[in-house]
Amino acid sequence: MNKLTKICAASALVFASNHTFAADVTIEIQNLTQGMYFTPIAAVAHTPDASLFEVGEEASTEIQEMAEGGSLAGLTTIATSISADVLAEPTAGPLGPTQSVSGSFMTADGNTVLSVVAMILPSNDGFIGLDNWTIPTEAGTYTVYLNAYDAGTEANDEIVGGGAPGTPGMPAPPFLTLGTGGSGVTAVSTNTNVHIHPGNIGDDDAAGGSSDVTNSIHRWLNPVAKVTVTVN
Amino acid sequence: MIKRLKLNKMRIALLVGLPVLLSACSDDEVEVIREVEVIVEVPAPVPTPVDVSYEVTLTNLTNSQPLSPAAVVLHADGHLFSVGEVPSVALEQMAEGGMNSGLLALGMAASSGVGAIGPGGSETISVTIQDVTDAKLSVATMLVNTNDAFSGLDALDLSSFAVGDSWTATAGVYDAGTEVNSETAGTMPGPADGGEGFNATRTDTGYVAMHTGVVTVDDGLTNSVLTVQHKFDNPAVRIMVTRIE
Repeated sequence: MNKLTKICAASALVFASNHTFAADVTIEIQNLTQGMYFTPIAAVAHTPDASLFEVGEEASTEIQEMAEGGSLAGLTTIATSISADVLAEPTAGPLGPTQSVSGSFMTADGNTVLSVVAMILPSNDGFIGLDNWTIPTEAGTYTVYLNAYDAGTEANDEIVGGGAPGTPGMPAPPFLTLGTGGSGVTAVSTNTNVHIHPGNIGDDDAAGGSSDVTNSIHRWLNPVAKVTVTVN
Repeated sequence: MIKRLKLNKMRIALLVGLPVLLSACSDDEVEVIREVEVIVEVPAPVPTPVDVSYEVTLTNLTNSQPLSPAAVVLHADGHLFSVGEVPSVALEQMAEGGMNSGLLALGMAASSGVGAIGPGGSETISVTIQDVTDAKLSVATMLVNTNDAFSGLDALDLSSFAVGDSWTATAGVYDAGTEVNSETAGTMPGPADGGEGFNATRTDTGYVAMHTGVVTVDDGLTNSVLTVQHKFDNPAVRIMVTRIE
């Protein structure tokens, strides 16, 4: 929140030197994984000097809420406060393996970059991320592949728990088939900044072992999502 | 192409005024002018077919996953595979057993690699089609020490390729979704197992997705016959496409 507001103050300077036009943009996001789910996705067109997240920097509280529990409330509040264009449907269901979701918006002048985030389930604080991708000014269809990030805000213990910041463990919505009784893969998050997610470990013991996720299903390799942007 | 030539064959109707002599050599010779329609079939000149050829070079980037003989397929439209779609039986045969004949049969023109491509190895496969410069190119090959993992390229548009143009990309690994990733003995055709290849019974999700990677016995899948040697990450294959004529 603070970071976004702070950076936003500098945006007036940038306006003067940039050509910034409104654009009619359609965004389609596909889950490329075989066994992972995404929470409802936020796609945000904003000024290039704002940023939802940065690798190598600490995640904001709002990103933490999204990455640990799938909440978009904080992010949409920020986005609105910086006059970003937002595509987010917090009440939408999860985006299952290989499913797609799409939406359109007319971006306002100056909102020339696109960011996309959603939590990856099951995980402790994994999320798909697109960070300040410049929306092309030329009409056409563009494809971007997204990696999985780790918010660095919670240890990847891979145990069923809760999704609120400060609550350990993973949220366990009913559509996920998870194990029980895992002892915990790890108790620490060594890199507490946003980084590329090392992936789930999992195990093959649904009633014990170290993890409550299944190692032959709940893993992934990057990329995990495909974003197709159509500039009309 | 043959069809098009036939259609081009011109039917030329000639309306000719022919003097027809009736009762020739008689004194009261009468000349009658009749219109006769003469249809002359003039075949259009048959152009010499022009070969359009591509070289596709695959490089195996994995540590210990030989690639099955690659299918290089030129097709007019559609997809060989697509994330989220139900795979064809031809794709399943390739992804589970390394058999590429079904995929090759789908193309306007197609070509197979001569054999498996070992880790670190490369193979250049040529494919030629006549007179078509806007085909789609697809490539598919199995990572043989897996249940149904494959890599490749789907429907690369070749229409902008001029002779000499080259394009290189790296490809990730897909899961055909037709066989559960048990990694158990007897289920994988590659040298790590020597087990079963294609089996028509589908036992997994039923749709193509990006692969999760093999788990292996060294990483907690107790009954896996794969080891840390067989792990892979994306990308797994480098593919270079060059139009050579």
